[in-house]
Amino acid sequence: MKIEIRNGRVIDPSSGFDQPASVYVAGSKIVGVGETAPRSFQPEAVLDATGCVVCPGLIDLSARLREPGFEYRATLESEMAAAAAGGITRLVCPPDTDPPLDEPGLVEMLKYRARQPGFAQVHPVGALTIGLEGKRLTEMAELAEAGCIAFGQANVSVVDTQVLMRAMQYAATFDFPVWLQAQDAHLTKGGVAHDGAVSARLGLAGIPVVAETVALATILQLARETGARLHIRRLSSAAGLALVRAARADGLAVSCDITINHMHLCDRDIGFFDAHARLDPPLRATLDRDALAAGLADGGIDVLCSDHTPVDDDAKQQPFDEAEAGATGLELLLPLTLKWAMEQQIPLAQALAKITSEPARILGLTKGCGCIAPGAVADLCIFDPAAKFTVSRERLKSQGKNTPFLGHELPGEVRYTLTEGHLAYSADKLL
Amino acid sequence: MNNPQLNSHGELIHLLSLDGLPRDILHGILDRAEPFTAVAEREVKKVPLLRGKSVFNLFFENSTRTRTTFEIAAKRLSADVINLNINTSSAAKGESLLDTVDNLAAMQADMFVVRHASSGAPYLIARHLAATQRSHIHVVNAGDGRHAHPTQGLLDMYTIRHYKGDFTRLSVAVVGDILHSRVARSQLHALATLGVPDIRLVGPKTLLPTAAIQMIDNAPLRVCHDLADGLRGVDVVMMLRLQNERMQGALLPSPQEYYKSYGLTADKLALAKPDAIVMHPGPMNRGIEIDSAVADGKQAVILPQVTFGIAVRMAVMSMLAGGSQ
Repeated sequence: MKIEIRNGRVIDPSSGFDQPASVYVAGSKIVGVGETAPRSFQPEAVLDATGCVVCPGLIDLSARLREPGFEYRATLESEMAAAAAGGITRLVCPPDTDPPLDEPGLVEMLKYRARQPGFAQVHPVGALTIGLEGKRLTEMAELAEAGCIAFGQANVSVVDTQVLMRAMQYAATFDFPVWLQAQDAHLTKGGVAHDGAVSARLGLAGIPVVAETVALATILQLARETGARLHIRRLSSAAGLALVRAARADGLAVSCDITINHMHLCDRDIGFFDAHARLDPPLRATLDRDALAAGLADGGIDVLCSDHTPVDDDAKQQPFDEAEAGATGLELLLPLTLKWAMEQQIPLAQALAKITSEPARILGLTKGCGCIAPGAVADLCIFDPAAKFTVSRERLKSQGKNTPFLGHELPGEVRYTLTEGHLAYSADKLL
Repeated sequence: MNNPQLNSHGELIHLLSLDGLPRDILHGILDRAEPFTAVAEREVKKVPLLRGKSVFNLFFENSTRTRTTFEIAAKRLSADVINLNINTSSAAKGESLLDTVDNLAAMQADMFVVRHASSGAPYLIARHLAATQRSHIHVVNAGDGRHAHPTQGLLDMYTIRHYKGDFTRLSVAVVGDILHSRVARSQLHALATLGVPDIRLVGPKTLLPTAAIQMIDNAPLRVCHDLADGLRGVDVVMMLRLQNERMQGALLPSPQEYYKSYGLTADKLALAKPDAIVMHPGPMNRGIEIDSAVADGKQAVILPQVTFGIAVRMAVMSMLAGGSQ
């Protein structure tokens, strides 16, 4: 199908292009950007983007689809609808499914299930160790062939440092990226909130910042030693960010991301035991949040992700320490990025880079992906940056209604989402 | 998020924590408790303030002592009392906390007295009742995890006021496992709100949260790792119970060593003011946190605490569900 997207402000963070233009799509590709259509281009559909921004489709580096194993929490269908409504056209899913993504067959099945018109492209992270148990290595080469783009442990730490080192060595053999969350299992044990004034006051068992920095120091040393390509997912603290910066200054190639929740919220948002603020890693102090937001602006942090984790009501409506950690996020990634850009006065193109071109770079998808240019994949997000909406259970398309942002008014309404030239979402409900 | 224990007029509808309760409400509860101490001395130990009301003691965690004092308090107010030990019934069958609450609410409860192993569980219940238009059911926190034990904190304040009068000239030491203690948290909030100018937290670093000092905004809290420093010149010594399980998990090496460093002996107590009182929420571990000579000595007010506890709980329950006195 040939589509013309007309009258929008086209922002391509990868090239810095930011001006009014039309985007011309034919089939799964972008065939032109500018004021005049490519020769003999006859649009079959015209999308009016007046007042809207046209940017590359969002790429989310951490989104749980809950398949296989947790279909009562969410299904591929429900979460793909949420992704499309959130302007997301590619997403990375962590391996903590049930069973975990530690066998090629599971990965192939997931990729196969997700290969539908209008669905975001799914990039699974394979399990680094079998069953995420931190004991034996998975068949990484086989898993990579099945479609895994990196190897990791989701939220589960590898307790045995020897196993971690060998896993990183093995991954480095094939130059497979290793994605790790820095969380010392022992120092995290039993904790449910940031170890600080709020947890002391509320009587919640604390997870100290050293749980992150101790693990991070180990991981960074092992990356130096093994030469593994390292991505640190979901940093939570100022001290953790400082370690990543120091390692980079020292010449280590390491990238990192943070979540929308950790950029905007802190432990005070737990209020009177609000289980929606029960997250992993925990929301940390105000100073940490401010350091993360600043780090995202100055490039210390590469990517902002949703860390989408649908949790059913039964698992959330529990006392804080019994409630399951996690928050829904696919539909909040763009609005919370825009909120950050407005608050910190970051140019829109620079802010959007954190959810488009930068994650594409981390994924190694530099050619024709995460950008708007002739020949690129027609993954596009068209949104009205001025429109505001209130986050509500009814509005969220995800099966997960759990977010600390319920009731918040946020900027940015997605009008259309195109995945590979296919209109995956329209706020007009034309399709 | 609004403080769920106050209504829009700032009146108490639940008692969940002493955190955030203003001084006049605290004194109001203590004042109300005064006449109830006399009820126990009458031949008929009952007043009709809660006649026809149903009080459900919902104990998701075992407790004999606290449950009994709540039961006595409710019965002296003429309420009907239903005791439920949930950890041995519904929860074991897999029923969720809120399902249990819904079922009991459907039995026309007027008040839930809740003890739960998780910090904040009574807040979940209060919020759920509000969300389902049943805010007329009052929730009293009888101890939640490490968070709060507000009636214990109140009875401790009653005891201090009884023996010492003015809070604003006192030095108070709270000694022991502050990290895990809901009693300590309630005491500290009340002491700070009532204007105690010198509050000392005494214990080893493993049992004192590093953030303890910031726990209460602008409170005169001081951390002492040395018991002698903590006790020197104080008017009130509040001992905390040391749970046996703290000896596991690398928090403390042994009961003997704890006793040597932090056990309250007559020698150590001699550092406090000569008329200092010694308090303990019970049950005591004699020879671990407190020496028998002190526990049974003339400065100890541990048994009066228990007696006052009933009057204070009567005050709280009648205030919430009994209308005006």
